[in-house]
Amino acid sequence: MKKWANIRISLPPLVFFVFLVGMWELVSYITRVPEYILPAPSLIGRSLFANVSLLADHTATTLTAVAGGLALAISTAILLSLAMDRWKPLKQALYPILVVSQAVPIFALAPLMMIWFGVGLLPKVLIVALVCFFPLAVNLVEGLNQVDPEAIELMKIMQADSLMIMKSVQLPTAMPYFFSGLKIAATYSVLGAIIGEWLGARAGLGIYMLRSMNSFRTGDVFASIVVVVLLSLMLFKIVEAFGWLAMPWKKKISDYNEE
Amino acid sequence: MIKIEKLVLDKINSTYYSGKKKLAVLKDVTLYVQPGEFVSVLGPSGSGKSTILKTAAGLLRPDSGKVLIDGEEVTGLPQLVGYMPQQDLLFPWKTMWQNAALPLLAAGVSKNEAFDRVSEMLPLFGLKGFADYYPYQLSGGMRQRAALLRTMLIDSNLMLLDEPFGALDALTREQMQDWLLGIWEKFRRSVLFVTHSIDEAIYLSDRVYVITERPGKNAIEQTIKIDRPREKSILTTRDFTIYKQILINALAN
Ligand SMILES: Nc1ncnc2c1ncn2[C@@H]1O[C@H](COP(=O)(O)OP(=O)(O)OP(=O)(O)O)[C@@H](O)[C@H]1O
Ligand SMILES: [Mg+2]
Repeated sequence: MKKWANIRISLPPLVFFVFLVGMWELVSYITRVPEYILPAPSLIGRSLFANVSLLADHTATTLTAVAGGLALAISTAILLSLAMDRWKPLKQALYPILVVSQAVPIFALAPLMMIWFGVGLLPKVLIVALVCFFPLAVNLVEGLNQVDPEAIELMKIMQADSLMIMKSVQLPTAMPYFFSGLKIAATYSVLGAIIGEWLGARAGLGIYMLRSMNSFRTGDVFASIVVVVLLSLMLFKIVEAFGWLAMPWKKKISDYNEE
Repeated sequence: MIKIEKLVLDKINSTYYSGKKKLAVLKDVTLYVQPGEFVSVLGPSGSGKSTILKTAAGLLRPDSGKVLIDGEEVTGLPQLVGYMPQQDLLFPWKTMWQNAALPLLAAGVSKNEAFDRVSEMLPLFGLKGFADYYPYQLSGGMRQRAALLRTMLIDSNLMLLDEPFGALDALTREQMQDWLLGIWEKFRRSVLFVTHSIDEAIYLSDRVYVITERPGKNAIEQTIKIDRPREKSILTTRDFTIYKQILINALAN
């Protein structure tokens, strides 16, 4: 029952989207806008299929940076937020710096990464990690802060050790916060990788986009944009699926609330 | 042989500090529970009843006074006791049986054995068939019974119950009282039971302490000499009415 309801909810935007694409096609057919300015959807589609294997290669490169960066961001964010939760002075010292660090634009940091680490995979991984780390860390810190002190007291009465308290109280409390951070991070991650590639790389969707742009193959630019969007969407959905798996109680509670 | 009380609170004084503000909550509160005895603490809201239980459990260190369990001083040290907080505190992320099994797992019992031991108890707690339900899928009464089951599975023969039926409707509450008495007669644990219902205190207890408004002080201590097993018909007996009058007077100062 729930599934059908969800599909019904997502149907209107889908219909509207198809309508928009149709209009676009129609307008570009009637007005004959040069395709290097605005290619018709059909042309973008053709460009997508013509370059499938090339796009797949570049996507793989970008995904490697994304996966590496996300993994790095997740592990650092978990370690650091646990440490900050455990030692309050560390939190007092570090947390404000973390927040302020967000004022430094990634466009300013990315070139530095290139200068320090060259044009290989590493600087991209680092840039992705930098943009993903903050939403993850902030959400985790916030989540760990929500732990009910009475729950901890109860566990202490049962003489549970700190590992068990961590597993049965702190982590489950922080879990929903972690996943909302991860959803944001997942969408940022592709963006981060592309920015990294723009500044210098041998392969990747960012490079494909740049090359297509420089040779006025606007259809190919749009094709790579489509891939980027699909990639972000896919990552988002994967995170959502993991969230459902990791928090069966949440899924059921929200179902329950909707009814 | 010298008789050793199960639990003694001796002249407990307790204050909460929030910022610069001081709030005196308990003043020389003294009480004891004998082995196998059912003792209630009755008092108006905010009189410090929960504070008494937390102090007894070792979660709060009083300004002065002593807590003894089995004759040993344990003031301010969290003890392995059957403490049930006022909010049932079932973890929403754990199923009913996982919640109930927490004390067993904390004691190092394997998951399989814990599951078996919880399952064994489910019929008695009216929870059979609900092992895999999450707390939000249980009724209020079932949640309280699940929390009580978790409390029972803490390996201690002292139970500290903080208004376990406070949030229930009158009908469910009365059913739960009978059910609790049945359980208690079966296991004969020492119970310190917090309530602000006079009927509930008389119906369940061997002895009742009345605590005054904040700062909580001992008002009276009343032994309830009504034969056990008890059933609801005693609510209309003369004895019951007399006890009730005494407690009402004590609460009104
Ligand atoms: N952690 C705390 N910090 C500061 N004040 C507190 C704290 N816990 C309780 N108090 C105060 O102490 C007083 C006694 O609280 P307590 O919870 O012991 O009362 P109670 O008798 O259990 O009340 P109720 O019947 O409503 O549960 C109240 O005035 C309350 O505001
Ligand atoms: Mg209370």
